[in-house]
Amino acid sequence: MSHRTVSELREKAHWVWRETLAIHRRAPETRIASSLSTIEIFVALYYGGVLNFDPAHPLAEYRDRCIISKGHGSICMYPVLADLGYFPMEELQRVCHTGGFLGGIPDPVIPGYETVNGSLGHGLGVATGMALGLKRKRSDSSVFVVCGDGELHEGANWEAIMFASHHKLDNLNLIIDNNGISMLGYTDDIVSHDGLTKRLTSFGWDCWDVDGHDMETLQAALIKMKANVGKPKALIAKTLKGHGVPGLENAPLSHIINPKPELIDSLLEQKP
Amino acid sequence: MSIKPLAMRDVFLDRIWQAMAHDQKIYFTSADFGSPVLDKIRADFPDRFVNVGIAEQNLINVSAGLALEGYTVFAYAIAPFITMRCYEQIRVSLALLSEVRPMNINLIGVGAGYSYVVSGPTHQCYEDITLMRALPNFRVLSPADHVSAGHLFDRCISTMGPKYLRFDAQVLPVIYEAGAPDLNVGFHAHIHGEPVCLVATGYMLHTALKVAEGLAKVGYSVGVLDLFDISNFAADELQAALSSYTGIVTMEEGFRGRGGIDSMMFEFIARRGLNARMLNIGVEGGYRFELGSRLELHEQVGIGPQFVLSSVEEFIKSLVI
Repeated sequence: MSHRTVSELREKAHWVWRETLAIHRRAPETRIASSLSTIEIFVALYYGGVLNFDPAHPLAEYRDRCIISKGHGSICMYPVLADLGYFPMEELQRVCHTGGFLGGIPDPVIPGYETVNGSLGHGLGVATGMALGLKRKRSDSSVFVVCGDGELHEGANWEAIMFASHHKLDNLNLIIDNNGISMLGYTDDIVSHDGLTKRLTSFGWDCWDVDGHDMETLQAALIKMKANVGKPKALIAKTLKGHGVPGLENAPLSHIINPKPELIDSLLEQKP
Repeated sequence: MSIKPLAMRDVFLDRIWQAMAHDQKIYFTSADFGSPVLDKIRADFPDRFVNVGIAEQNLINVSAGLALEGYTVFAYAIAPFITMRCYEQIRVSLALLSEVRPMNINLIGVGAGYSYVVSGPTHQCYEDITLMRALPNFRVLSPADHVSAGHLFDRCISTMGPKYLRFDAQVLPVIYEAGAPDLNVGFHAHIHGEPVCLVATGYMLHTALKVAEGLAKVGYSVGVLDLFDISNFAADELQAALSSYTGIVTMEEGFRGRGGIDSMMFEFIARRGLNARMLNIGVEGGYRFELGSRLELHEQVGIGPQFVLSSVEEFIKSLVI
C-alpha cells in the first residue's frame, strides 16, 4: 500500500470522475449523480493509504473489509477497482452489457465487492457482524462502510448503530456520503437528518465532519478515524450529488436525471 | 423404554451448548428470546452469545456478518419475527449472498403454526413455509418431535448455506422412539396403506397419525408420511413412496392454498406425472381471533382431527367412485 501525495490523489480523483462519466455515457442506465459524490471518498480509501487490500486476493483474510452499502452510487468504484487490478480495464467498456459483470447496481460477483449492495440499509448491519467476528478473531483488520445519508432513513441502520456502540466496535468505520439528496429531493424536505453528527454522537459514536471533496482533509480524517480506539466511528462527509456536472450538481432530482450525451462529451473533451 | 417428550428447542439448544464447548466457531445470536437451556449457553459462552435486542433485522445482518467471517451461526427468535420481520435481510444477505459466499447460518424459529395458542395471530405463524421455501439456497426443515429436531443439528453443522428450522413451541409427544429419520431422504413413511397417503409436516404429523388411527376403526388403512425437509427431500424416493396411492392429502399448520406444502405437492405430482388426486388440509380463510385450546382452534379453521377425519373419509369415497 503506497501513500500518494495529495496532488496525486486529486489527479486520480479527476481521472475517476472522467471514467465514471464515460461509463455513464456508454451505459446511461447507471446512476451517475450519486456516484459522483463519493469519488474522493473512494480514492482516499483505496489510494490514500487507508485500506489494506490485495487485488490478486480480494478476500484475503488480512484485508480491511470495505462494505459499499450505497451500491448503485458506487459506479465510480468500477474504474478504481479496474485500475488497482481487481479485473481488466476492458470490463469498463461493457458495463450493463451482455457478458459483462459490472451492472447498474454492483453485485458481489465483482472482485472487490464484499456484500450485496444497492438494496439500501443492509451494509452497516452486516458490517457490524463482521466487525464483531474480527474482534473475536483478534484480527487487526478494520471494517469500513460507505453509505448515503438518504439510506439512513432505513431503520435497520439504527439497530446496527445502537448495537455497534454497545459492543464498542472500534474496528468499525462508517463514512456517510452526506450529499443531502435522495431520489425525490433534498433529505431536509423529506425526513431531515438535521444534526446528524450530534445524533450519532449521542448514540455513542465518535464522529468527525469533513468536506467530502477536499482530498487533503478527507485523507487525513480517514487515517485518523481508522486509528481511533474505544468506540465505533463515523465520518460525515459533506458532498455534492452530481459533483462537477452543470445542471446535475446539487439538483434535487439529480438522482434520476441523465446528463445529455453532448454535455458529457464536452466535459470529457476538456483538459484535466 | 419410552422417551420422555421434550421441547424441540431445548433439545436443539442443548446440542448447540454441547458443541460450543469444543467448537470455537459457533456463535449463537438471539433477538431477546430465551429458554432455560439458553441460559446455559449465556452463562458458559458469554463471548459467543449475542443478544441483539428486539431487533430481528439486525439479528439477520449481524449473523450474516459473523457467517461471512467464517463462523457457524445459530440465530434464534420467535418464528413469525425471524422470518417476516426481516424477510428482505434474509433474502439479500443470506439467500442471495450465499450464492457466492460460503456461509453457515441457521435460523431457529420457535412457534410454528398455532403453537403460541393464546397469543393470537401476531405470534402464531401460518405463512413461513410459503415464504421460506420461496428463497433459493435455503433449506427449510420442519420436524415433528424433539428426537428429529435434535438430530437436525448434525445436518446444520455439516451442511453449508442458510437454513430455516421451524420448531413447535410446545412439548409434543415423541414419534421417533426408535431413532431419528434419515436426513438424507428428508421424509419418513410411518404407515404404508391405501388408497390415500397423508403427507404431513410438523405438528400436523401428530394429527395425521390420529386420523389414520380413527380411519382404521372404520375400515380404512391410509398411509402416513412425515415430510420434514421441505426444500431438499429426495425426489425419486418420494415419488417411489407415493406411487401406489391414488389420493394424496397434504396437511400443514399454515394457510391453505397459499404456497405451502399443498402447492409444493401439486407441483411435485404434476412434474413427476403421478396419477393421484389431492386433498389439501390447511388453515381456511384469514386471520382469526377466537380463543381456545390448540385442538379447538384447529377444528375451527379446518385442520383439527375430527374435521380432517371426515374430510379424508369423504375423499377416499370419492376416489373409489
